Amino acid sequence: MRKDNLSVKGGAPIIRRRKRFSWDDLELTLLSLPSIVWLIAFCYVPMFGIVFAFKNYKYKPGKGFLYSLFVSSKWVGMKNFEFLFRSPDIANIFRNTLGYNVVFLLIGVTLPVTLAIMITQLHSRRVAKVCQTAVFLPHFLSWVVISYFVFAFLSTDKGLVNSIITGLGGERILWYQDPKYWPYLLVFINTWKTFGYSMVVYMATITGIDQTLYESAVIDGASKWQQTWGITIPLLRPVISIMFIMNVGHIFSTDFGLFFQVTRDSNSLINVTQTLDVYVYKALMQSNNYNYSSAVALMQSVFGCVLLIIANAVVKKIDPESGMF
Amino acid sequence: MEKKKKAVHLDGFNRFNRIKPATNAVFTVIFVLLAIMTFLPVLFVFIISISSEASIAQHGYSFFPAELSLESYAYLWQSKSYIGRSFLNSVGITIVGTMIGLCLTSTLGYVLSRPNYYMKGLYTWLLIIPMLFSGGLVASYMVNTQIYHLKNTYWAMILPGACSTFYVIVMRTFFQTTVPDSIIESGKIDGASQLRIFTQLVLPISLPVIATIGLFLTFNYWNAWYSAMLYIDSNHRDLYPLQYVLISIEKNISFMARNEDFLTEESMRNLPTETMRMAIVMVVVIPIACSYPFFQRYFVGGLTIGAVKG
Repeated sequence: MRKDNLSVKGGAPIIRRRKRFSWDDLELTLLSLPSIVWLIAFCYVPMFGIVFAFKNYKYKPGKGFLYSLFVSSKWVGMKNFEFLFRSPDIANIFRNTLGYNVVFLLIGVTLPVTLAIMITQLHSRRVAKVCQTAVFLPHFLSWVVISYFVFAFLSTDKGLVNSIITGLGGERILWYQDPKYWPYLLVFINTWKTFGYSMVVYMATITGIDQTLYESAVIDGASKWQQTWGITIPLLRPVISIMFIMNVGHIFSTDFGLFFQVTRDSNSLINVTQTLDVYVYKALMQSNNYNYSSAVALMQSVFGCVLLIIANAVVKKIDPESGMF
Repeated sequence: MEKKKKAVHLDGFNRFNRIKPATNAVFTVIFVLLAIMTFLPVLFVFIISISSEASIAQHGYSFFPAELSLESYAYLWQSKSYIGRSFLNSVGITIVGTMIGLCLTSTLGYVLSRPNYYMKGLYTWLLIIPMLFSGGLVASYMVNTQIYHLKNTYWAMILPGACSTFYVIVMRTFFQTTVPDSIIESGKIDGASQLRIFTQLVLPISLPVIATIGLFLTFNYWNAWYSAMLYIDSNHRDLYPLQYVLISIEKNISFMARNEDFLTEESMRNLPTETMRMAIVMVVVIPIACSYPFFQRYFVGGLTIGAVKG
């Protein structure tokens, strides 16, 4: 059957641009069917879950989840959002989420770009290679593993840092109970985990730059410093912009593992560690408050989407060549 | 000017246009320090895992323990009904998840790379929208547990992470740029179906991108703990992956610390000791640390493909 079809239809359309739904299209559709089913099941079906944010979800025993959600639960309009904004924690949660993300964003662009430019200048290829491999490691480690690393250093009675402090005659620090150190610690730990990966991304772009550009610059008498500012950085700009736009789009979401696992969910640290994602998780898993957490999630999603589009527009305005779409 | 005269004697441009030896020395020191900084914690945890309990009780964690012992690893071996089981869970989830993920991403990437495909525009939107907007944690949690009934199954840790827009775009870009159209045309002329063209002509010459995405998926699944935390109850310990074992141990310890009534001698004995916990961390880390240097170039390659837009 299939062969017949192909021999009748298959010859000509290869050259001609086809407009109708051909046998070829059918085959391709079938080939992509599992992925499309996955996309619909795990990305699109949950999108309807945003109604949680506008409802007072009550599970009705024996009626099933969909009935409870769509039929028997009451619509409450924007009430969930109102409650949310009246809760005393929310200002703090927003401050943490945005504060950390802005700092991460600034460090996440400047540090890796600088290091990437530096590492490509090293005389010894081998040293560069070895160091690159080494700093890439944390990218492959999970936050759970990293939380154990951190604990090995910061544990109150056995940690290395406290041993050193007491060895020098100082007082032990209760690391997991004192919030004042954590903003710095979290920034440090996050940088430790992510800078290697970003550095490698920028490095790959730098090594791809056409060498003749540098050659002509040198003939014109440009110093290393001038080459960096005049050639390397402008050519890195598209990659930097894409990373920047993506990070701005994620400015309302934080790495749950960093803020929940690494801090060992310590209650005394909550002022400096509770971000939107931690709040959503706790509302869902610990207090079963579906409506608030989904209101927060919806807000994250909408704000993130809007910011992404704005950031993209701004970047494009400054530099029409850059931008994501 | 003097330098330029010298350049005649040096072989090649790169030797001439490079930073001064003093700057190079400073940069080298910086990078060596950074490299040490990234490796130090791994080394530290490894040393703790081979320290003896007694020396830790006495001196705390230290780079230079008073006494070494392999006790913790021996204990791990003895408790293999639990630790071994979760190790196998991790391995199984990683293998099955990577397979499924590769099937999903490569087929969709291939279909999107066909310039004449009828629904290309629709598919592209279908793929991009989830990147911009999602239902959020609550919605996917409720859908996965209430509609698909994934709670307390292996599938909960496999299916939700199997595909992603980023991987599909990397695949598509690779197929578009590296697989010559003529190969696909020749397959069509010979009357091969698209499935056959894909599996027998396209896949064999696309090993680099398959390796890249495969490795991304492998490391992701091996490191996954959030899905287990969401979907696996404490009554289903036999489903725990290794990463979640680490979390649950920690949880139990802090639970007992808060409720001192539970701190009986019996419960203390059942808890894994400090060295044992660090030994589990090493079981998680060692496969990664030993394998990633060899796969590194695939990651770098994949990242650069992904960075090409369009």
